[in-house]
Amino acid sequence: MQHNEGKCGEGKCGEGHCGHGQRPSPATQENRGNLRLLIEGMSCASCVGKVEAALQQVSGVQHAEVNLADRSASVAGSADISALTDAVAAAGYAARPADQAGDEMAEREAADLAYYRKLMRDTAIALSLGVPLMLYGLFIGEMTITTSTERYAWLVVGLFTAAVMYFSGRHFYVGAWKSFRNHSANMDTLIALGTGAAWLYSMVVVLVPGAVPEMARHVYFEATAMIIGLIDLGLALELRARGRTSEAIRRLIGLQAKTARVIRNGEETDIPIEAVRLEDRVRVRPGEKVAVDGIVLEGHTSMDESMLTGEPMPVKKQEGDEVVAGTINKSGTIVFRATRVGTDTALARIIKMVRQAQNSKPPIGRLADVISGYFVPIVMIIAVLSALAWLNFGPPPAVAFALVSATTVLIIACPCALGLATPMSVMVGVGKAAEHGVLIRNGQALQTASRITVMVLDKTGTITEGAPRVTEVLTFHDFPETDALSLAAGLEAGSEHPLAEAVVQSARDRNLSVPSVEDFESIAGHGVRGVVDGRQVLFGNRKLMEDQQVDVSTAVAAAQQLAAQARTPVYFAVEGMLAAIIAVADPIKPDSIEAIRRLQKNDIRVYMLTGDNAATAAAVAKKVGIQDFFAEVLPEEKSNKIAELQHAGEVVGMTGDGINDAPALALADVGFAIGTGTDVAMESADVTLMRGSLHGLADAIAISKATLRNIFQNLFGAFFYNVLGVPVAAGVLFPLTGMLLSPIVAGAAMAFSSVTVVTNANRLRLFKVEAH
Amino acid sequence: MWIINTLGLLLIAAIVWWFWLYKPRDVATSAGGVVEIVVENGVYVPARVEIPLGRPTTLRFLRKDSSPCAATVVFSEFDISEELPANRPKDVVVNPGRTGSFPFTCQMQMYRGELRVVEQKSNLEE
Repeated sequence: MQHNEGKCGEGKCGEGHCGHGQRPSPATQENRGNLRLLIEGMSCASCVGKVEAALQQVSGVQHAEVNLADRSASVAGSADISALTDAVAAAGYAARPADQAGDEMAEREAADLAYYRKLMRDTAIALSLGVPLMLYGLFIGEMTITTSTERYAWLVVGLFTAAVMYFSGRHFYVGAWKSFRNHSANMDTLIALGTGAAWLYSMVVVLVPGAVPEMARHVYFEATAMIIGLIDLGLALELRARGRTSEAIRRLIGLQAKTARVIRNGEETDIPIEAVRLEDRVRVRPGEKVAVDGIVLEGHTSMDESMLTGEPMPVKKQEGDEVVAGTINKSGTIVFRATRVGTDTALARIIKMVRQAQNSKPPIGRLADVISGYFVPIVMIIAVLSALAWLNFGPPPAVAFALVSATTVLIIACPCALGLATPMSVMVGVGKAAEHGVLIRNGQALQTASRITVMVLDKTGTITEGAPRVTEVLTFHDFPETDALSLAAGLEAGSEHPLAEAVVQSARDRNLSVPSVEDFESIAGHGVRGVVDGRQVLFGNRKLMEDQQVDVSTAVAAAQQLAAQARTPVYFAVEGMLAAIIAVADPIKPDSIEAIRRLQKNDIRVYMLTGDNAATAAAVAKKVGIQDFFAEVLPEEKSNKIAELQHAGEVVGMTGDGINDAPALALADVGFAIGTGTDVAMESADVTLMRGSLHGLADAIAISKATLRNIFQNLFGAFFYNVLGVPVAAGVLFPLTGMLLSPIVAGAAMAFSSVTVVTNANRLRLFKVEAH
Repeated sequence: MWIINTLGLLLIAAIVWWFWLYKPRDVATSAGGVVEIVVENGVYVPARVEIPLGRPTTLRFLRKDSSPCAATVVFSEFDISEELPANRPKDVVVNPGRTGSFPFTCQMQMYRGELRVVEQKSNLEE
């Protein structure tokens, strides 16, 4: 499921999906839908009754149903979760809310394992008949009927084959019949028709040999048994390979802690994470995982966040800092206050988002979907045409040739390889990206990211640290430097602009007073004005000064010099007279230059977007190796620049912190939200970079390109296989080779074509992004 | 030989009619906003579901099929893709914004169903 709020609007998420039986976070402590509880201690049907009765009596429960097989209870209604667990406990059992992601994954793995074993057993049964028969046909005798003894012998073999069809291939026939009644056809239809036709023909040869010409009295029991065995084997191998495609999500789910050490009423107890409530105080000791998201109250430590952000260096945490679930405490002990629990934690949201993206399909897969929809009936028609062609034009025994060609056409065609080609690669690619701290929203974003021709990088917070600091204060007209900084800080104290924070911080660092401001006014893109200490003050760019008739002619040269050094000069005027230029610089992130080079190496033209003046922008751009930039861009103009590039035919990616560039991120073909740690608006961007480094961006592009390449290989392989395989099976090479493809070879090819697709998708797991 | 050829051509015509041209009439409707769909033996039962426009409908999938193909249901027109746990109901709530027929399938398009969204009848008509 995807909810692409950023792009699809009403057309997609406005319609369609409005939820899917999710249950709310345990944090809400109230169950407003279906809740699943795991029950311990039940052993018989009477236990089921007792637990159901206990749950039914809880206020707010509309319906409760207990499943003894998987020891769980489904509860509908709006009951308090702790009331439910208490009620079950009072009845003599233990209950806990199911860890949805972990339990579902475990359940699925258990079900897959059971199915794998069944398929392997089916394979063994089928091949234990098919292999000896095939070897007999190859090396010992003819599989034809000429004597009555042979008839009886082959009758026994035919009955054994029927048993194989029942025990090992029943699922094909039942599936084919149900699909047929449903006016649809699938892989089961092809296998059932192919093996069924071979067996029926052989039985006709055995029971009424006179019905077929003497030369065509050949039996194909070995083909039926071998095809069933090989296709069961292929399905089993495919199931195994598919399991590996979920490795990334399994790893993410594995990051979740099982318990948390909560301090309540002065007592510390280990409780399941589902029972942690908002505002709980949680202790984390060295080496332990953080169970839920929170804010540090006591202690300091360093935290390994690499599993979520891809950032290898531990991050220091102290009082007031945020900690996120799934990260590992490296050194000190901390106590934190739980701020997000259950399905609201960053980790739970990441898991949900990755799962949704893994299940989504990029547009490249749509053609395969359309073809898959018509595929099976088309193959059936080709099989009929092939049989007719052999009957009309084939050499004797034409009936046998017709049967073999029709059976082989039915068996060799593999709609599954086509259907699997895209989703398997998306599954692995999205998981691979998550391992590198890159969250891709859906298949569409994945595909578009691989085609980006222009990448626009917002300067502040993307190329730079986003934490500017004051580097120089140049005063004019003998205005005291400390007064200028103090008044400017007073004016800027109410602003949230990064430059404002730098000025206020600088004043505080120098122990200057920060007076209060009156009549504060922000002039978007230009600066601010107000009254501080009874004086009219202005702080902003040259245009603001000129608009307000402040003479800046004496300061222009100095400002240009500062700008050339990649600093942002801001003019400060008091009572209509220029008092100072305060220069602010935002340090470039240490790895921005290298990451930008990686993007450029991938033939992506990089643009920088900034509100800074042209000289500062040029200096920063030069430092980081960018030739193209947009300077003096007002926040509301950012999206216009994206549109301009799009009109020029470019596929535009936009990277920003999502704070004041949300419209530009939304308009871009792919919006990349760059965050530090996990504090990012994951739901709003096409791609979320969990760490602040631009290397995440280069990784995202590299992974998307590798994934699309993999999808293309898979689709090409699947198309090529079918387009080549079906005519060969029909016998187009017969005039050249004098041979028809064996249905057994077709069965093996079909079985292993889907295994090949899944294995190729798994190759993506080995993809390595450029070392940095 | 002409009999065999005619039979062959009739068989092709039957395939075209049965799988592509025939429009089945057996459509399940939502009762109380919930439709239960069982996934078993390669098919969705019921495979055709009619729901009213503008009213959220819960499609409650119960997957009894062990095959991994059955594990995901995709409503490509609505960008919905949901994993279906085995032997446990999974609710997918849909509220399409337009009338029409929309397919729901497994990832490989082998399991196929159809969601028909129709204008809601007024109370008088009912």
